[in-house]
Amino acid sequence: MVTDSISKNSVLLAIFAIITTGACVLTASLSHSRIETNKFNALKQQLAQVMPPDQHDNELLEDHIQFKRENQAEQKVYLAFNNHSPAGIVLPTTAPDGYGGAIDLLVGINDAGELTGVRVVPPHSETPGLGDAIELKKSDWILGFNGRSLENTPNPSWAVKKDGGEFDQFTGATITPRAVVKAVKKSLVFYSQSKDAIFLQHSLTHVLNLDEAKSAKADATNE
Amino acid sequence: MNETTSSSEAKPKIDFQKITRDGLWGNNAALVQLLGLCPLLAVSNSVVNALGLGIATVLVLVISNSCVSLIRGQVNDEIRLPVFVLIIASATTCIELIMKAFTFELYEILGIFIPLIVTNCAVLGRADAFASKNNLAASALDGFMIGSGFLLVLLALGALREILGSGTLFADMELLLGSWASVLEIQLAGEQYRGFLFAILPPGAFVLMGLIIAAKNIFDERQKQKQLPTSEPGVQSKRVRVTGHIS
Repeated sequence: MVTDSISKNSVLLAIFAIITTGACVLTASLSHSRIETNKFNALKQQLAQVMPPDQHDNELLEDHIQFKRENQAEQKVYLAFNNHSPAGIVLPTTAPDGYGGAIDLLVGINDAGELTGVRVVPPHSETPGLGDAIELKKSDWILGFNGRSLENTPNPSWAVKKDGGEFDQFTGATITPRAVVKAVKKSLVFYSQSKDAIFLQHSLTHVLNLDEAKSAKADATNE
Repeated sequence: MNETTSSSEAKPKIDFQKITRDGLWGNNAALVQLLGLCPLLAVSNSVVNALGLGIATVLVLVISNSCVSLIRGQVNDEIRLPVFVLIIASATTCIELIMKAFTFELYEILGIFIPLIVTNCAVLGRADAFASKNNLAASALDGFMIGSGFLLVLLALGALREILGSGTLFADMELLLGSWASVLEIQLAGEQYRGFLFAILPPGAFVLMGLIIAAKNIFDERQKQKQLPTSEPGVQSKRVRVTGHIS
């Protein structure tokens, strides 16, 4: 009798598991393409904020590589081109030492090594009203990075004012801007060190595809 | 608990008015049962967040209550809780996917709190205490009313915290309602208003929540004193504690 009820119950549970999972799968497959479009558009918008569309003529979302350096984790890099010559990169990076945890950032750098834009990628957990002034929505502090480079802002200045640098901190919040400034500086150093390697790796992996695409386009215009 | 059981067994006719009254006020999930406080306090820092999570919770409650009511004859006591959890979890997953598809930016803000609706005890509580003993119409209505009660508290708390903390009301509504809704934003304080930080942070949410509960109790007390000669107060203020039954 006991085995009876056990088998009956497990069959019943299995049926419910199948039905409910089926409902989830159905919804997922119906909404999948829309969600992907949303993600694509959101990312495209974010990228356009840090790398102005008039500074490059390629689709950033299509030209990206996983850049690998020795002893370092893989780093995703979006590459900007203008007339097929390198125009800069967009670097998704993380400031690990924010006040409320890691802060995800997008850093846009042009060919000359100048910042074209920095934005915080939500969500972050900095204190509302204090540290969240790093968001463009709350203050335009983050725009202060535009045009900065390692050349025009030499080393000791790459810090918040409290640490002897040139960047403002917020009243009551120094840790957050300090973390962001540090991460942005690291991105610039990364770019100056790895610029050539990045574009080399990209051309090695993409040149074939690019040629195909170009010839396809040429064919299309010829016809 | 006993209240609902006995009423449903004694008279088959469902008292829709009572369900509505209990869900919105007398047995309010947030103010009386104090269930689902984690999402309530975490997401109530602005009206738009409150509305987003509130609507999602209402939908999950209606779907889960309806499904539980439909299968109430098929499932025996031993496996009812795992089955309820399956239903609630898949309902939440579907809602999450739909929000991702249609209100992507709001989804990004609410983040993990949408999946966390699964852990809102009010949902499992209503499934077990009400929907498993009542028919489809009553259960769906109960889910809607309990959810709406929760939503209203969320909205009240969200409005209070947004006004005090940011000096605005209905900011960023376009994330939920489309681009026309940006005109709804009301700037209550001048540009110079730095915001009352305490209201935005979780401790402020607790204090404001306490004040709302206190206000409700004072109001109820007044009402009771007015009606004292005619009605029996003992029955009315009896709380339905669903948590005791679940364990």
